[in-house]
Amino acid sequence: MVREGGYEMTQDFTRDKPIYSQLVDIICGDILKGKLQPGDKMQSVREYSLEVGVNVNTVQRVYKELESMELTETKRGQGTFITSEEGRILRLREDMKVKLVNQFLQSIAAFGFSREEIVQILQREEGTQ
Amino acid sequence: MIQLQHVSFNYQRQEVLSDISLLFPLGQTIGIAGENGSGKSTLLKIIAGIQRPRKGTISIHNESLTRIHANDIAYLPDTDLFYSFYTTKELLAFYASQFKDFSVQKALEVANFLEVDVNVKLKKLSKGNRGRAKMAATLGRNTSYYVMDEPFSGLDPIVRESLIKGLIQFVNMEEQSIILSTHELHDVEPILDQLIVLKQGKVIAQDDLETIRFETNQDAVSWMKYVTKEKVK
Repeated sequence: MVREGGYEMTQDFTRDKPIYSQLVDIICGDILKGKLQPGDKMQSVREYSLEVGVNVNTVQRVYKELESMELTETKRGQGTFITSEEGRILRLREDMKVKLVNQFLQSIAAFGFSREEIVQILQREEGTQ
Repeated sequence: MIQLQHVSFNYQRQEVLSDISLLFPLGQTIGIAGENGSGKSTLLKIIAGIQRPRKGTISIHNESLTRIHANDIAYLPDTDLFYSFYTTKELLAFYASQFKDFSVQKALEVANFLEVDVNVKLKKLSKGNRGRAKMAATLGRNTSYYVMDEPFSGLDPIVRESLIKGLIQFVNMEEQSIILSTHELHDVEPILDQLIVLKQGKVIAQDDLETIRFETNQDAVSWMKYVTKEKVK
């Protein structure tokens, strides 16, 4: 995310998903981690394009998507801001948790593990930390 | 919009492009990929109005493309056509004398953004810096279309990245378009809207890159390999 002091290498993308949805995920992650706070002003489309090295049209789509998810709001003449509705962010947190757990359950099922043995390992990991 | 209808081109008996019909709308970055000898350079020269098609028609803004109308297109050649004893500043002055739409100020801004020393002779510059100087000269023109033949070829990843950022910074995607040929698909894909694949002078595939990822779970490189192989069989 650093822009001072020369070029930051651009974002690397996985090949299996559209770039715009990977960027939406990255921004959701920044919101959940608190790197982007409620009410924070987002970079302009072009600034963000430059930072991640992605087409302006694609970033436009990212901003539209975030807006339709009600995670951001655009104030005319002022720019785009992270929503200040904490409830919406809490909901994103819950949704993301469920999504990650579902992905995880699918992948352990694909390898034929039972939930019980996985839970055992999770608890053991918890104990060592 | 640039429109090609049934365009063919040959050198004597050798067919270079055959029956190509394509649309290039404004507001997009369009990549043209294909193996060496697939006709990319010739296609770009025809789009830029430098070569005339043997058959078929080409139009820009709904008027037939002649050398006069081609002045709304800035072309970046793949070769070093410039006098090597010029400095970048002199190169920009030369461009200003040739093109009414050229802005020395914008070109200098691009050169500054790309960190080119404009007072050094082109022959004293590294290949990467000559590539940057060429890009500054091209983007100094204010045209609807920028047509670039292999702008990243032979340049290291850092130079490629700075050129890519230069395109993002200095091309207005609301009213301009970039058409570029490239072998560096992996690096260039994030700035492309669509990709056209040529093989033996024919368009064998064309699609929106986000659609390709969404529908096939492939990136540009693997999709191109896939479509190129498919058509061989």
